[in-house]
Amino acid sequence: MPSATNENEGTGSPEVPQEEFVDQEMADGEFEFDGEIDPNKIQILPGASEDGTAASFRILQEDHTLGNALRYMIMKNPEVEFCGYSIPHPSEAAMNLRIQTYGEITAIQALEKGLDDLLDLCSHVEDEYRKAVEAGDYSTVEP
Amino acid sequence: MVDFNPSQRNLVGIEHDRVTNVSSTDFPGYYPGEDHAWNLDKFKENFKIQISYLTDLSSSFDLVGVDASIANAFRRIMIAEVPTLAIEYVYIENNTSIIQDEVLAHRLGLIPLKANPDYLRWFKKDDPDIEPTDYDTVVLHLSAKCTTNPSAAPGTTDPKVLYNNANVYASAIQFEPQGRQAEWFPDGITLANPDILIAKLRPGQEIDLTMHCILGIGQDHAKFSPVATASYRLLPTIDIIGPPLTGDLAQKFKNCFPRGVIAINSKGEAYVKDARKDTVSREVLRHPEFDGRVRLGRQRDHFIFTVESTGAMTPDEIFIKSVQLLKKKCQILRKFNLRT
Repeated sequence: MPSATNENEGTGSPEVPQEEFVDQEMADGEFEFDGEIDPNKIQILPGASEDGTAASFRILQEDHTLGNALRYMIMKNPEVEFCGYSIPHPSEAAMNLRIQTYGEITAIQALEKGLDDLLDLCSHVEDEYRKAVEAGDYSTVEP
Repeated sequence: MVDFNPSQRNLVGIEHDRVTNVSSTDFPGYYPGEDHAWNLDKFKENFKIQISYLTDLSSSFDLVGVDASIANAFRRIMIAEVPTLAIEYVYIENNTSIIQDEVLAHRLGLIPLKANPDYLRWFKKDDPDIEPTDYDTVVLHLSAKCTTNPSAAPGTTDPKVLYNNANVYASAIQFEPQGRQAEWFPDGITLANPDILIAKLRPGQEIDLTMHCILGIGQDHAKFSPVATASYRLLPTIDIIGPPLTGDLAQKFKNCFPRGVIAINSKGEAYVKDARKDTVSREVLRHPEFDGRVRLGRQRDHFIFTVESTGAMTPDEIFIKSVQLLKKKCQILRKFNLRT
C-alpha cells in the first residue's frame, strides 16, 4: 500500500493538496488504490456540537454498501447514543452519517473505532474463508 | 417492548401475511444488563463459514454469525464493485452484416472475458489526452466473412452446410498482444464461453473490427459485473409446537413442504428432517388444521450465499475480492485526518 498519508482538515481550513500516489508496479494479485483519492471524500458538516460529541459527516462516492455496514459497527459501540446514515438524493453519490455520543468520546473517535472494527471483521472473514477453501471439505460439483 | 426469550431473538417470524421481528437488536443498551458491545473475540467464536460446493463457475457457502448489513455489503460489492475486463471500445472497419453497428458493439461488450483483472491498471476514460497503453488496454480482433459453400448438395437448407462462416461465434475473436502483454498473458485472453453467437451472416457479408478492453466495475455498466448473480437467503426454521402430528395429518403436513424437509419417524410422527431444503412457500399456513401447531421462521444471522461467476474469476476469488474491497473502503476513510 502507498505510504503517503492523506490529510483532510474540516470545513473552512485550506486543504493540503496531497493525494495518494498510485503504485505503478504491476500488481501481483495485491490490491492497490485505483487512482488519486478525492480530498473531499469525507467532510464534517456544519452543525457539529462544540465539544465534538455530535457530528454529521458527508462521505462522497459511497452508498448503502458502506453506509449500513459502518452504521452497524458504530452502533455496536456502547459509547454511541445515536448513529444513522442517509442518502440525501439517489442521483448524487453522497452519504450523510450522523454520530452522537454520550460524552466520553468524540464523534470522530467513534467513527474511527467503527472503521477499525469493520476492518477487523473483514480481515477475520477473509482468513476464515481462505481456510475453508483450503480445507477442501466441500463438493466440487454443483448438486 | 417485549423481550423475547433469548433463543427467539435470532428468528424472523413468518406469518401468513407478514414477517415479524425483522431488525437486528444486538446493540448495546437494547436489553438492559446485557453486553452487546463489539467484541472481536466473541465474534470470532460465533462466526462460522461452511462451503457447500465450489466449482469453477458457481459456489454456495454459509456465513453464520454476521449481521445482515455486512452480508449485504459483501453481496452488493460482488455484484457492482469487483473490477473485471470487458470490451469497451469497438472500432469497426467494415460491417456489411444485418446487425447494426451499435447493436453489434453492445453484444460484444456483454461477452465475458476470461482475464485476471489484477494484471491490468485502470484506464481513465474521461481524460481525452490519455492514450491507451499495454498496461491498461487489451486489444482484440474479430474478422469474419461469409461465402457460399460450393460443395453443398443441391436442395439443402441448413445454413451451416450451405455457407461458410454463417454463424459468427465468440471463438472467432482473436487476442492481439500489445507490448509486454505476451509475457503477462502467456495463455492469451480467452473467452469464458466460446460458443456465444455474436452475429449471423450470409454470403457477401463481412465483419471486420478491432476492440479495446478495459477494466470497469458493475456500477458503471452491467457488462463489468463478474457474477451472473450473487444472492443470499436466510436459513429457514420450522418448529412443530404442541403435541406431535401423527397419522394422516402428519402426511398432509409433510406434503406442504418440499421433499426432504419433513419426515415421518417410526412412531408415525412428523418431524423436521432438513429445514435448509425448505423454500418457505408458507403453504402450511394456508391450512386451518395446522393453526398454532407450527411456527415458521428464518435465522437472522445465517446466510446461505450463492455466487454464480460469468467465468472471469472463480467464485471464491470473487468473494475474497469483495471482502478486500470492503476493507479498502474502510482503509481509504481511515487515512483521513478529520481533526482541525
